[in-house]
Amino acid sequence: MTGAKWRWGFLDLVVIVFALIPVLWIASLSFKTPATITDGDFIPREWTLENYRNIFNTDQFVRALVNSIGIGLISTLVAVVLGTMAAYAIARLDFPGKKLLIGISLLIAMFPQVSLVSPLFEIERSIGLFDTWPGLILPYITFGLPLAIYTLSAFFRQIPWDLEKAAKMDGATQGEAFRRVIAPLAAPGVFTTAILVFIFCWNDFLFAISLTSTERSRTVPAALSFFQGASQFEDPTGAISAAAVIITIPIILFVLFFQRRIVSGLTSGAVKG
Amino acid sequence: MADIVLDKVTKAFPDGTLAVQEFNLEIADGEFVILVGPSGCGKSTTLNMIAGLEDISSGELRIDGQRVNDKAPRDRDIAMVFQSYALYPNMTVRENMAFPLKLAKLSREEIDRKVDEAAKVLELTALLDRKPANLSGGQRQRVAMGRAIVRSPKAFLMDEPLSNLDAKLRVQMRTVVSRLQKRLGTTTVYVTHDQTEAMTLGDRVVIMRAGAIQQVGEPQELYDHPNNLFVAGFIGSPSMNFLPATVSDGSLHTSLGDFPLGERLRSRLADVSGDLIVGIRPEHFEDASLIEDSIRQRGAEFEATADLVESMGSDKYVYFTVEGEKASAAELEELAADAGSGDLPSSGSNLVCRFSAESRVKEGDTARIWVNLDKIHLFDPSNGRNVTLHEGRSSGVSA
Repeated sequence: MTGAKWRWGFLDLVVIVFALIPVLWIASLSFKTPATITDGDFIPREWTLENYRNIFNTDQFVRALVNSIGIGLISTLVAVVLGTMAAYAIARLDFPGKKLLIGISLLIAMFPQVSLVSPLFEIERSIGLFDTWPGLILPYITFGLPLAIYTLSAFFRQIPWDLEKAAKMDGATQGEAFRRVIAPLAAPGVFTTAILVFIFCWNDFLFAISLTSTERSRTVPAALSFFQGASQFEDPTGAISAAAVIITIPIILFVLFFQRRIVSGLTSGAVKG
Repeated sequence: MADIVLDKVTKAFPDGTLAVQEFNLEIADGEFVILVGPSGCGKSTTLNMIAGLEDISSGELRIDGQRVNDKAPRDRDIAMVFQSYALYPNMTVRENMAFPLKLAKLSREEIDRKVDEAAKVLELTALLDRKPANLSGGQRQRVAMGRAIVRSPKAFLMDEPLSNLDAKLRVQMRTVVSRLQKRLGTTTVYVTHDQTEAMTLGDRVVIMRAGAIQQVGEPQELYDHPNNLFVAGFIGSPSMNFLPATVSDGSLHTSLGDFPLGERLRSRLADVSGDLIVGIRPEHFEDASLIEDSIRQRGAEFEATADLVESMGSDKYVYFTVEGEKASAAELEELAADAGSGDLPSSGSNLVCRFSAESRVKEGDTARIWVNLDKIHLFDPSNGRNVTLHEGRSSGVSA
């Protein structure tokens, strides 16, 4: 028994180390001075915050951060609102074309995104969406929606249908039943979905690099690749590392804060059990 | 408060199955009506149609004289208690009970007053600030009742409200429900699959089978004068004993022996011939040694060996095995399947008798048993009809 425990413990450790070493390495690089950046030490010999100061002083990074947050939040909001309604319908109603809708959303979720880059580039250029916020928000919603529909319909299925019937008997309209009874119970699911969709938008590099050309709408992952040193001969590794650390922080915070909400038993006590 | 009339109400599902067919029932103002039957008999569907949670395929439903077929549940002004209780888990007990009043846009003071009043009736006052997750099963059940009574609706609908409680609590809550209904005088339709609940609670009981009403009547009437085999077998615990029988030369031939046909039976059997099923309730048997001579002649006697004796204190249940064929009819198979005893192996039929406590019968004894022939029922196995009933009693049969 204890042998098995040790083996599992060791395996867990290997996985954690494997996943975390690169993150720590980036963090370490971001604190190194330009002179020591190539020395290969895991712990910096000379600590500096210069890299962070530099990236926040450049318009390039700050502007990209604003784009990332703005585009991510708007896409998430739209995808979650539409996804909630669609998922509710899928979980509760029988309507013609329901299977087709589920099939199509699965198809979109599985579709190789890279094959859409060239057509989207051409389309967006010809209708003037290229290098604008909507130009990125639209594809993000497209790919965020299936994700939202799938996670949310699983959540809605868990909510006992009797609650909705009870609300109707108590005098609620369909809308009131949804707003006052179902929606509060689905809140943890909506949160989880929102976080997943936001992380998807936040991390995207493919669309961000392909559908933007200036600082106007370039998000952080794309902007990173345009970082340059102070001169042609200076290596921007430190700045890139610092920016990478900065954009990882919100994701870590999200997961830490909402972990409990994500795995929540809010519906317990609704029915006998 | 209002009367509820179901006029040929039918529910057909899109795949063609008829869940409820031509359901006719008039429920008087303030009446407590029970819909009872085995699972899948359409009782819950009927209740949901009254509630408005299911569409009515054809027929008419009138509440308080008004046709409500096309009205939404919220416009029918009726309250429902669900089997699962369906309490809102994100709200406290107080908020749960106030919910229908809030939707009705009552003032804050009035809501508080009504909730407090209902809470007092159901002894929930101390629990008002708890969430449903922190309540016991019985408490949750009371909150569900509270949510129904708080807005004084025209009628209550209850869908097996006690079936999730343990046996002892269920008996307790049965009296709570009964008293509450008497006190409020609100028309109530109550669905259950438990015949004991049906017998003890209702003013009238509606027995359903496969979407059709079998018999409607007061509990005692259903017990004493069942229309058909199904009703006879469903009502009563332990249930009625059934044995195959034939009639010839003025006597009834059964595997228990030949019984003389009295005046009562002879007149009913004038136009009946061939195979019959005889039905005898356990209490219509008695230990022959305890029978006084004055009533001995009303019955007949036979001998059998007791397999098992259960002494209940007040009386004794004695089990016998009777060799020979079993009574067979579609209704009996259905009842056995519902009770889960359809595939029990047994040779011959089992007979359950209720003797008075003074009986000295022991397991393995050969006992002399007296059967009260005034009380036996004879059924036609082809259609299940009770051929011993008066003509006047056979109203309400649909089959």
